[in-house]
Amino acid sequence: MLAIYRKEVNSYLNSLIAYVVIAVFLTGTGLLMWVFPDTSVLAYGFADLSTLFSLGPYIFMFLIPAITMRSFAEERKAGTMELILTQPVTDWQLVLGKYFASWTVVVLAVLPTLIYYFSIYQLGNPVGNLDSAGIFGSYIGLTLLGGVFTAIGTLASSLTENQVIAFILAVFFCFFLYTGFSSLAGLEFWGDSALVVEKFGILHHYDAMSRGLIDSRNLLYFITVTTLMLLLTQLVLNSRKW
Amino acid sequence: MSLVVENLTKTYGKQVAVNQISFSAQPGEIVGFLGPNGAGKSTTMKIATGYLPPTQGSVRVCDHDVEEDSVVVRKCLGYLPEHNPLYLDMYVHEYLQFIGSLYGMQGVNLSDRVKEVVSLCGLEPEQRKKIGALSKGYRQRVGLAQALIHNPSVLILDEPTTGLDPNQLSEIRALIKEISQEKTVIFSTHIMQEVQALCDRVIIINRGNLVIDRPLDELQSEEQNDLGEMQRVEVAFLQPIDEAQLQSLAGITQVEKKYQSTYELAAPLEREDIRPAIFQFACENQHVLIGMKPIIEENKRNAGASLEEIFRSLTTTEVNPS
Repeated sequence: MLAIYRKEVNSYLNSLIAYVVIAVFLTGTGLLMWVFPDTSVLAYGFADLSTLFSLGPYIFMFLIPAITMRSFAEERKAGTMELILTQPVTDWQLVLGKYFASWTVVVLAVLPTLIYYFSIYQLGNPVGNLDSAGIFGSYIGLTLLGGVFTAIGTLASSLTENQVIAFILAVFFCFFLYTGFSSLAGLEFWGDSALVVEKFGILHHYDAMSRGLIDSRNLLYFITVTTLMLLLTQLVLNSRKW
Repeated sequence: MSLVVENLTKTYGKQVAVNQISFSAQPGEIVGFLGPNGAGKSTTMKIATGYLPPTQGSVRVCDHDVEEDSVVVRKCLGYLPEHNPLYLDMYVHEYLQFIGSLYGMQGVNLSDRVKEVVSLCGLEPEQRKKIGALSKGYRQRVGLAQALIHNPSVLILDEPTTGLDPNQLSEIRALIKEISQEKTVIFSTHIMQEVQALCDRVIIINRGNLVIDRPLDELQSEEQNDLGEMQRVEVAFLQPIDEAQLQSLAGITQVEKKYQSTYELAAPLEREDIRPAIFQFACENQHVLIGMKPIIEENKRNAGASLEEIFRSLTTTEVNPS
């Protein structure tokens, strides 16, 4: 698994993908945080990072599928799938290696935003007047959210040999899982069980984490969804044997 | 026995790709795997490498079942897939090190082994390049190096020589010959000369059925007996003449019109030379004879023609796959 992980990370870093993703993510969040008057912290007047954490997922929704779309689709197209699957690695090792490599790129994109934290920490009046615990929780939430999106993207990529289809599928599933359930819960139809429906979506759990509350139920939710997606990916790989 | 295929059957829906095939291969043996396109060669190879599961039957590599001990089998097996897929954006060394690390090789061991296979496969002049920048022949060598990196005891090569120029062809053949000393090598090809140059044994399958599994020299000597008893002469006349007339000549058993007014005549070897008789015949009938030359049997054979004939006769007959 480590060999695959290393190879995948290298191929992200040796190609432009990782840099473009990181640059676009940072430019996007940077503009939203500091420049665009509607969302800018400077105009807003409160020392917090809520802009980053509420809009970050929407940027992720497009960027993460762009990272993951190649992972299996490209191998399928180039025929290297046959090569890699006849090496002594299990399907599961292959899936995990690729998954963690893509997630690493996502984390690399998030890390530089710590500078925002530092800036706002300094801008506060008095200096350091900031809900650090809440922000810490939000970072964990954002990273886990990135993990779920990466798992969705990996699954989408394993379904097709066409990278564009993989991308579109992944964007759709990310969007649906993120806000879709919350919006669905708004329908009258559900009656009393609306909350249950909402809890299927990521937004409910992500919001809870953004408040700095790291609840084991929310953690479990993220881990479960990620694992489920990866298991499905492995199932798809295995389907060649059916 | 390093590779044993037993009653292997693979079906896709109703279509039978491989039907009850059994064969085995020993170390030090090069087995040529022949068959027309779509005969089931690649499918058999994919099953042997554990990429596809068999519908029925089993494949054992180095005494391990391909399905049960899949990972163990992959460790003692080198595989060059058809069309030789490679990561084109990786460097030669990087790629080989990656594959090697999948086999658990590390550090100095790994880099030494990579250097070894690079020189073994003649990749040295191009070893600093990206795989995508290599020519087809060198890519093929990278594929072969990849299959050899962990020093496997069984090598499965699916059409290793397609698309190579004649020089590369003979180099790759020499390489396969060299590495086959203590390994079992199975390769598929469409080139009969290659089989003749390389193989110890020939397996021909057609529409999923095994039609022949015989040592090469045995196959050839059989064919030799068939053809060797005839004397053959190519005769050219100025004008086309009646074939029946030629047929009526004493001793002639076979007349074949080759082109225009040139005929190939055959007579049993134990008879006296038929050429004087042909000359006589031409004189008597006022045909203008413009050429006559005996066909030496070796000419016919060394180009792989005889094996090609065997291949054709075995694979063009109607065989019901079900």
